[in-house]
Amino acid sequence: MTARDWIYSPIDEALAGVAERTPYPEWADELAVCRNHPEFPTLWELFSYKLSQVNGTPLEGLPALGDYLCREGLKIGYCDPHLIDAVNASGAFRDLDIRTEYDRANFEAYEFGVTRATGAVAETGTIILNDRDTAARLGALTPWVHAAILSPDRLWPDLPTALRESLDDDPSVILATGPSKTADVEGILIEGVHGPGVQIACLA
Amino acid sequence: MKTLQPIDRFSVEIPAERRKSVYEGAKITSEKRTAVLAQDYPDPDRLRAIAGQIKQHTLDHLDRYLRQAEDRLLANGAKVHFARDGRESNETVLSIMRENGCGKVVKSKSMLGEETDLNRFLTENGVDCLETDLGELIVQLDNDHPSHIVRPIIHKNRKEIAECFEREGLGAYNDEPEVITRRARNFLRERYMQADTGLTGANFVVAESGRISLVTNEGNARFCMAATRVHIVIVGIEKIIPRDRDLALFHNLLARSGTGQQLTVYNQFIGGPRAPGQPHGPEQMHVVFVDNRRTEVLASDCREILRCIRCGACQNVCPIYRRSSGFAYRSNYGGPVGAVLSPLLAGEGFADLADLPKASSLCGACNEVCPVDIPIPDLLLRLRDRAKREGARKAMAGTPPMGVWALLASQPAAWKASLKMGFALDYLPAEVIPVPALRAWQSVRKLPPWRGGKFRQWMRERGGEER
Repeated sequence: MTARDWIYSPIDEALAGVAERTPYPEWADELAVCRNHPEFPTLWELFSYKLSQVNGTPLEGLPALGDYLCREGLKIGYCDPHLIDAVNASGAFRDLDIRTEYDRANFEAYEFGVTRATGAVAETGTIILNDRDTAARLGALTPWVHAAILSPDRLWPDLPTALRESLDDDPSVILATGPSKTADVEGILIEGVHGPGVQIACLA
Repeated sequence: MKTLQPIDRFSVEIPAERRKSVYEGAKITSEKRTAVLAQDYPDPDRLRAIAGQIKQHTLDHLDRYLRQAEDRLLANGAKVHFARDGRESNETVLSIMRENGCGKVVKSKSMLGEETDLNRFLTENGVDCLETDLGELIVQLDNDHPSHIVRPIIHKNRKEIAECFEREGLGAYNDEPEVITRRARNFLRERYMQADTGLTGANFVVAESGRISLVTNEGNARFCMAATRVHIVIVGIEKIIPRDRDLALFHNLLARSGTGQQLTVYNQFIGGPRAPGQPHGPEQMHVVFVDNRRTEVLASDCREILRCIRCGACQNVCPIYRRSSGFAYRSNYGGPVGAVLSPLLAGEGFADLADLPKASSLCGACNEVCPVDIPIPDLLLRLRDRAKREGARKAMAGTPPMGVWALLASQPAAWKASLKMGFALDYLPAEVIPVPALRAWQSVRKLPPWRGGKFRQWMRERGGEER
């Protein structure tokens, strides 16, 4: 008997003895939605509020992003090839060394990474990175600063809606809510453990 | 002391510094959890009830859902393996690695890996195996064990961590949490990039889509799946949920219950290997479904414990856990969930852990905080009953002999006499109680003043008839 059969047959046996099997409960998506926040006129404002609460950085427009990166004294970064034309056209990245190929051998060289967000969740301040749109996983992960470029029509009000829109035929999806963090040392919050220490969502 | 339960002894002997770390860490997280759930939802208990029902539904139909998950994973291009026990799970991981010429693992925290002692097994077989979660890394470097499901080093303070890093050559002594974290970051980055295999557990497996859900705050699981070429998932067969939409409910509950966050920083849904032409991500994804006695639990009257989503809320709230730490449970799972799960997963070793279900006052706090509403106190009682029926000696420790009481209670005259004499207990110093077991029991507890024997008098005075 293979391990597979060995596992399935005791499951079948165990369940044969269960007189009443619990049905799948009825529940509305609203159940899991958190409404504990001030009212905002737009989803972007709610998103910005929530992202700021987890120490993330909301920015509006590529020029604002370019200014931010220059102000922080950053020089070398990775940019998704799909975004490079828009980035160049914005003019604010002139003084930066932007590379559209991610070179693993020099992974420590990248101080920032600019990639596409598949969407975002206003309710939680979360950016959504589908593999289809962020194929270079390392480009969004290894630099200290990660900026996800978000299209306004991909900003969803809440998590259930966002999952419905994002978990389609793309098998791999990452939700990122603020910068990487840990509280393993005496429960004290420290940001930037393995992933980005600065998480930017840039509306453009 | 002879009649103390093993866990009592542990809580007496635990160093004060360690007790403080565990007590405060657990208490603060528990308070945060309660506050966040109450602020964010009008009726948090309804979320817990629904989540519990979804998990119970899945377990009650595990035959169907496990097959569905398997089919979906295969359709997504993943390879699916089954392992009966820890040994087979470890060997499956090793053989996947060998077949692909792999020898360097970066590992994201997995409680199942602790169950199977995977690190030791891989290291003994020449594999370079490194934990990447900060807490688990320190556990590995110290040759220690995690003492909490979510916060593996809740028992350590910054001084101990700084000493560990100094000893391991990660830099001169510095106990600033920020410095410790940066050093771990720098140490691990090179290792991720050199590794060929990323090893993770799974928080959930969605049956309808074959997606593995992985939750981390640090981003280590993400790194394990970005830099390597082979991804191996080890997961207990009970981790399945039916639909993608369930993820919204479970991730909201898991983050708030575990750490008091609205959402954990990284929620990752991975359904297969990377797409053709994609630059980063493993070319292969292997999922190892592990039984390791879970089917036995499923067949038992404690199957509800398989709903557990490993959030650690019951550990944080438990007065016994807070005072004695996870190590007091002498197994991979401490706290209330461990008091149920550990004896069940021990198989023939059940009798050795039969005292754990007794390490509870049945206050019910663990059930009240459980995001999947597991009736832990009921399960503890069922296990106490089983231990008694199986005559497990460990289950008797700390219980004063009941023979004398049984004798008195079955003879009305003796009972009446003993009630009259009970007043003597008010004046008898605990140290001189003539029954040794009672003396020991009394040494850590205080009896209220004796009030027995007055009922019959009360009844006579009101014209009642004594029989």
